Amino acid sequence: MLHERELKVFVEGTTRFFEVAAQQPASIGSPYLMEEPLALHEYSGLIEVSGRREGVVCFTAPKTMLAVMLMKMHETDFGHETMRDLVGEVANTISGNARRDFGNEFRISPPRVLWGDTPPIDPRPGARTFVIPIHWRSHSAKLVVALC
Amino acid sequence: MNAAVDSTLKLLIVDDSTLIRRRVERSQRFDRLRLVGSAADGVEALALFSRTDPDVVTMDLTMPQMDGIECIRRMVALKPSVRILVISALADKATAIEAMASGANGFLNKPFTERQLNEALAELLR
Repeated sequence: MLHERELKVFVEGTTRFFEVAAQQPASIGSPYLMEEPLALHEYSGLIEVSGRREGVVCFTAPKTMLAVMLMKMHETDFGHETMRDLVGEVANTISGNARRDFGNEFRISPPRVLWGDTPPIDPRPGARTFVIPIHWRSHSAKLVVALC
Repeated sequence: MNAAVDSTLKLLIVDDSTLIRRRVERSQRFDRLRLVGSAADGVEALALFSRTDPDVVTMDLTMPQMDGIECIRRMVALKPSVRILVISALADKATAIEAMASGANGFLNKPFTERQLNEALAELLR
């Protein structure tokens, strides 16, 4: 089960990503336990976690936010494939950085990307599923962390 | 008559993210490097490695098909003088140690700033 103190690892990883890669810190809202299905934004990057911990880490964001992030990263291509790439890279970076605290038995998969009209995701059975709200400039995104 | 000498080093970029590949391509140190190929996974990287004989490689670790550590081992076996900079989100010490033991020469964690990338490449080329 994921403990509240372990959530700090993902909160800090998210903060670091926006501060370094998107050159502007994000404001992180209070994480909450997900008890009902959660609607995803237009693009979502999912990382499967295995090894000592099992579960999933998902970064989901609207297209408008991703476009601004790409601009801040000096990108000039705002196409679908670049958006897909970005959400996957955010999820990968935050999950990979978590190994600083969880160690190398926290194994992560390459990112899988969802986009468009995707059904809401359900809380993961047997795991406490947390939602971390992310506010960056005028945009909002979410990081979902479900680990057993 | 002196023949022109190409003093640039051949660069191969390996990362499953196009964004990261483009960021490395835009690096300020790029004037000392000449891009000879980009690959999105370890299998494609090894094929390009054999074909283009790069001097410098930037290498992701978490990739489909073949991971970066295995790819580094195979590249170093083929060309021991190749200089490899790992660029990875995996931030635990054990992974960095394993990468260096496999033959990597440097390790840069994602996320990174332009300055950090330039410094890591400069260190690699020193």
